Amino acid sequence: MTTFPIIRSVGLSGVLVSFAPTATDAANRAAIAFRGAVDALDLPQIEESSSTLVSAFFRVDLVAYRFDAMRAALAEVLAERDWCDAPLPAGRTLWTVPAVFGGALAPQLEEAAEAAGLSAAEAVADLTGTRLRVLTIGFAPGQPYLGTLAPHWNIPRQVGLSPNVPQGALVAAVQQMCLFAKETPTGWRHVGQSAFRCFQPEAENPFPLSPGDEVQFTSISAAELARLQAHGTDGAVRQVLE
Amino acid sequence: MRAVAENAALLGQSADHALLEMVGLGGVFEASETMRIALTGAAMAASIDGRAVVWDASHTLPTGARLELGAVREGTYAYLGIGGGITTERVMGARATHQSTGLGALVMAGDLLPVGTDPGGAVGWSLPRDQRFAGGTVRMVPSMQTHDFSKEIRDCFEAATFRRDPRANRQGVRFEADGAGFSNPDQLSVVSEVIVPGDIQIAGDGQPFVLLAESQTTGGYPRIGTVLPCDLPRVVQAPAGAALRFAFVTLEEGAEIEARARKTWAGLRKAATPLVRNPLEMQDLLSYRLTDGAISAFDVPLDTGEE
Repeated sequence: MTTFPIIRSVGLSGVLVSFAPTATDAANRAAIAFRGAVDALDLPQIEESSSTLVSAFFRVDLVAYRFDAMRAALAEVLAERDWCDAPLPAGRTLWTVPAVFGGALAPQLEEAAEAAGLSAAEAVADLTGTRLRVLTIGFAPGQPYLGTLAPHWNIPRQVGLSPNVPQGALVAAVQQMCLFAKETPTGWRHVGQSAFRCFQPEAENPFPLSPGDEVQFTSISAAELARLQAHGTDGAVRQVLE
Repeated sequence: MRAVAENAALLGQSADHALLEMVGLGGVFEASETMRIALTGAAMAASIDGRAVVWDASHTLPTGARLELGAVREGTYAYLGIGGGITTERVMGARATHQSTGLGALVMAGDLLPVGTDPGGAVGWSLPRDQRFAGGTVRMVPSMQTHDFSKEIRDCFEAATFRRDPRANRQGVRFEADGAGFSNPDQLSVVSEVIVPGDIQIAGDGQPFVLLAESQTTGGYPRIGTVLPCDLPRVVQAPAGAALRFAFVTLEEGAEIEARARKTWAGLRKAATPLVRNPLEMQDLLSYRLTDGAISAFDVPLDTGEE
């Protein structure tokens, strides 16, 4: 039986510190906090870092640096505290992102609401009333997985894939939401549509969202979304969290 | 990437110059100025103005000359490098393409490829043909989920001979072996975790996908191991249907093998030799002076002054 937290090598490319075998909110907070603490040490062996749902990943050339030495260095930081109740790093961003819920632009709101045992109006109230955390960035560049919704949102992925869910789509499954960085076939249900671009290769910071950031959705009309798109903006408001 | 290192060695420039990657089929290229080129990776039929030129070698492409690259004869990915490199605009610090996210663009007929300033250097150098183009055994290190697979499955995986599936691109390449596949019944669904190039993902059907340069950054299929970076070219270049096997080495052994390979790749320049031209292929043979230094078969070869 594996005990957590655990430090493992990933090929010859890096070191992974995992806080749980399955996705839990505490493990996600731990991964984000631990990554922040290690990044602050500015270790010369670490080229870059990222975090997944339950792990912090540090890119290290394991040809140039021995894994055993890296494991020891990270174990020392790990032993400093219980990372599951550590505060999240300061300087994170709260994003307010307008989106259209339901209708032709987000055709699966009703279906998702029904799966969650709610009316469409109650579902929108939930999705706009919960401040979500960027649990991880992954799958596509800059694409956030957001959580954690209330337990009644533990709705399964649909069996068949929806072929082309557009960029900016808000999709829901398994108590999480995802904001699509690009058009994607998916088994998650398309409940909202925003103009937000998670990947902006031309920008100084191509990845606006980071794990630990918080996201609050607001409900707008299809006409308002069209107006934002016509102006080439996403209508998102950002605010630094203390 | 071995073909890139070879190309840079042949042109005597650093390996961070952008070059053109071609999958399966080449093209016709016209030089708008005299330039040096090198051809590496999967071998293609190659000619300059109709005259065959050698692969794994550097050549001069004079102004107006046409370089014709045909279908791949051995391997999958071929590379055309140019003295000074291809200098398309950088996006996020690189000239690489990442098609699924719309970074960079495919080269199309009629495109003009900007070329950087070439400080110049020798041409007519070649490297010996490498053995990475027909499958074989690739080495892998255990990775984070290796021990989630039972010893029995890991042993079967190492014993199996795989065929490279035609389903392959820069994201990954699928392999297939006979039998029930390599899924662990307990591990069909794992929490999504970080992916690095070389990871061998066991997909839902129990067959492995080796993930490559354009792999997704995270994924929920378990990884049975990670192919050593120096053995990835063997995976990438294996043509459809080629036989391949996977063999575990320890993390320490893997690091040592990789360190040696890096040294070899960095020293490829020293392995290059001047091209020896085959007189039968030289259309301009008569323009050479071939009779200098003729000697008599009967005379004493050299008066050494002794005796």
